[in-house]
Amino acid sequence: MKGWRPPAPFILLLPAIVVLAAVVIVPLVLSLYSSFTAFRLTQPASLYTLIGFRNYQRILTDIEFWAAFGRTVLLLTIALNLEMLLGLGLAMLVEKATSGQRLLRTIMMFPMMFSPILVGFQFKFMFNDNIGLVNNTLQSLGLSSQAIPWLIDGTLAFIAILVAEIWSSTSVFAILILAGLLAMPKEPIEAARVDGCTPWQTFRYVTWPFIMPFAYIAMTIRSLDVARAYDIVKIMTDGGPAKRTELLWTLISRTAYADARMGVANAMAYVAILLSIVFTAYFFRKLSAARTQIAAEW
Amino acid sequence: MATVSLEKLVKRYGSLEVVHGIDLEVADREFIALVGPSGCGKSTTLRMIAGLEQISGGDLRIGGKVVNDLPPRARNLAMVFQSYALYPHMTVRENMGFSLKIAGMKPEEVAPRVDEAAATLDLTHLLDRRPSQLSGGQRQRVAMGRAIVRDPDVFLFDEPLSNLDAKLRTQMRVEIKKLHAKVQSTVIYVTHDQVEAMTLADRIVIMRDGYIEQVGTPEEVFRRPNSKFVAGFIGSPPMNLKDAEVTDGMLVFANGDRLPLPEKFRDRVSSGQKVTFGLRPDDLYPVGHGIHSGSEADVHKQDLRVLLTEPLGNETLVFSELGGAEWVARMLNPRPLGTGEVLAFCFDLAQAHLFDRESGRSLRGSHGKD
Ligand SMILES: Nc1ncnc2c1ncn2[C@@H]1O[C@H](COP(=O)(O)OP(=O)(O)OP(=O)(O)O)[C@@H](O)[C@H]1O
Ligand SMILES: [Mg+2]
Repeated sequence: MKGWRPPAPFILLLPAIVVLAAVVIVPLVLSLYSSFTAFRLTQPASLYTLIGFRNYQRILTDIEFWAAFGRTVLLLTIALNLEMLLGLGLAMLVEKATSGQRLLRTIMMFPMMFSPILVGFQFKFMFNDNIGLVNNTLQSLGLSSQAIPWLIDGTLAFIAILVAEIWSSTSVFAILILAGLLAMPKEPIEAARVDGCTPWQTFRYVTWPFIMPFAYIAMTIRSLDVARAYDIVKIMTDGGPAKRTELLWTLISRTAYADARMGVANAMAYVAILLSIVFTAYFFRKLSAARTQIAAEW
Repeated sequence: MATVSLEKLVKRYGSLEVVHGIDLEVADREFIALVGPSGCGKSTTLRMIAGLEQISGGDLRIGGKVVNDLPPRARNLAMVFQSYALYPHMTVRENMGFSLKIAGMKPEEVAPRVDEAAATLDLTHLLDRRPSQLSGGQRQRVAMGRAIVRDPDVFLFDEPLSNLDAKLRTQMRVEIKKLHAKVQSTVIYVTHDQVEAMTLADRIVIMRDGYIEQVGTPEEVFRRPNSKFVAGFIGSPPMNLKDAEVTDGMLVFANGDRLPLPEKFRDRVSSGQKVTFGLRPDDLYPVGHGIHSGSEADVHKQDLRVLLTEPLGNETLVFSELGGAEWVARMLNPRPLGTGEVLAFCFDLAQAHLFDRESGRSLRGSHGKD
C-alpha cells in the first residue's frame, strides 16, 4: 500500500474546494471563456466558435454600452453622495434623541426590509403621471398645473430612479454612521468645546474624522450595490424610455436574454465587474487610511 | 481679570441632586484646590464652570458676568480632563496646538508655543506620536500641555497628575507652581493628593456629598478644621478621632479610659456632653521623640503599649491602644521599637481638637484662636 497520499490539509479542504469549484469557479471560468466566443443562446454550437477579443472590441466602440456605463457611474456618484449626506444627517438626529432612540433606529431600518422589486413597483406608482402621488400632491398644492411625465422624460425618469434608490438605501449609511457615533468617546468632543470650537468646528475636526471609516464601509457596501443596480430600474422604467435610463445590468441582461447574445453580454459583465472592483478598491484604501488615522483598534 | 463666583450653584441629574447650592468666591489669579472624597461632586462642579454641564440652579459668574448660558468657547478657559480626553486622530503636536489653530493663530506662531510647552512637560521626543501610542502618564502630560499652551482667564484642572509616578508628580507640581506665577491666571484645581493641595493652593475647598465643608488657606484647614470631616480628611496620616464623653473635666472613652479635657475647651463643654476628641499623630509622640508647641502644662503624659510600628526612615509611625481604639503617633528620631513594649507618650493637648459628636462641628468656637 505504498504510493502518493495527498497531504491531510488538502483532503480536509477538498469538500469545500469541490463546492466552490462547482458554484463559483466553473461558472466564472466558463463565462470568461464565453466572452471570447460568438456564443448565442439560440445556437449552442456557437459556444465553440472562438473569436478572440472581438466581443470586447465591439463593446468598446458601442455607444449604447458606454452610455449605460456612464449613466451607471453617474447614478453611483449622485446616489452615494446624497445617501451619505442624508444618512449622516439622519444618524446625527437620531443620536441626539434622548428618548425613543431604539424605536427610531428600528423605524430607520424599515426601507431595508422591502424587496427592491416592491420598492420599484411602489415608486413606479408614486411617479405615475396620471394617478401617482407625486403629481397629485404637486397639483393639489398648486405647484404645478400639468401632469409631469416623470417616468417618460429621460432626465426625470433618472431622477425618479435616484429617489427610489436613495429612499431604499439611505438607512445603510444612517445605521453604520450611527454605530460610529454611538461608539465614539464623548470626552474629545467636550475637550474641543473647551478648546474653543463652534459646533461646526467640533464636527469638522473631531466627530467627522472619527466616523469617516464607518461612512467608507457604507460606501463600499453601497458602491457594490449600485454598480449592480437592476431590480428597481427594471420595474420602474425597464431601461426606457428609448433606453434613456439604461444601466449596465439592464443592458447586459437584455443583451444576454432578449437578444440572446451571451458572448457579448459576458464581455460587458466583465467590464462592469471591473468597475465594481475599482470602486471597492478605492473605498477600501480610503477606509484603511481613515482607520489608521483614528488609530482604530478594529 | 477673571474672578469666578459660584452663587447657590446646584446640579441635578433628573431628580437626583448632586451639588446642593454651593457658594464660592475665587479671586482673580487665585489658586484654589478642590478636594473631597470620590463622588462628592468635584468634577461636576468643574464641568459646570467649564460650561460642559448645564447649571440646574444658581448663578455662575466669570469676571463678574453671569455665564450660565454661555457655551464653553465663550468663557475663555482651559481644562485638563480627568480622563485626558485627547483627540485620538491627532498627533501630540496637533493635540497641543489645536486650540491655537481654532483661535485662528498662524502655524508659525503655534509651533514655538507647542515646542515650549513640550519642553516643559518633557514631551519633545513624543510630538509626532498619536495618543494611542503613549502611556497613561504621557497622555496625562499631553492633556496638561494642551491647556498650558493657551492664555486662558481660568485654568481648570481635574486631577491632572493622578497617573504620574512620584518623581514626575513632584516635578510637575513645581512646573504648575511656576506656570501659575508666570501666566497669572485663576486656577481651580481638583486633586486627591493632600500634598498637591497644601503646596499649590492659596485656598483649599473641601467638599463632601455635594456641599462645601470648609474653605480656607492650607494652614487654616489643617490647624483649625471646622468639622470632624475636615479634620479627618486633611492631614496624613489622618488625625486620631475618638468618641468620648465629658465627665468632671475628663474625657472618658467607651471602655473607661480617660484623658484630661484640654484646657481651652473647659468652658465650651458641659458635663455629660458627647464629643469626639481629635489629636494629630504629630501631637502624640513618645517622650523625647517630638516637640510640643504650647506650654509644658498642656502636655499630658501617659504610658501606652506599642501594637505595631511603621518605620519610614526619618520617622516611625507608632500604633498603640487607648480607650478601646487604635491611635497613631509620630515618632521623630526613631529608635527600633519592639511590639508590646510600653512607652511613655506625650499628648500635646494645646493642639487637640474637640467636635460635637452629633453635628460633627468643632467646639472651638467660630473665631477661636486654637
Ligand atoms: N451623568 C450623571 N448622571 C447621574 N449622576 C451623575 C452623573 N455624573 C455624575 N453623577 C454623580 O454625581 C456625583 C458627583 O460626581 P463627580 O464626578 O463630580 O465626583 P468627583 O468628586 O469628581 O469624584 P472623583 O474624585 O471620583 O472623580 C457622583 O455621585 C456621581 O455618581
Ligand atoms: Mg472627578
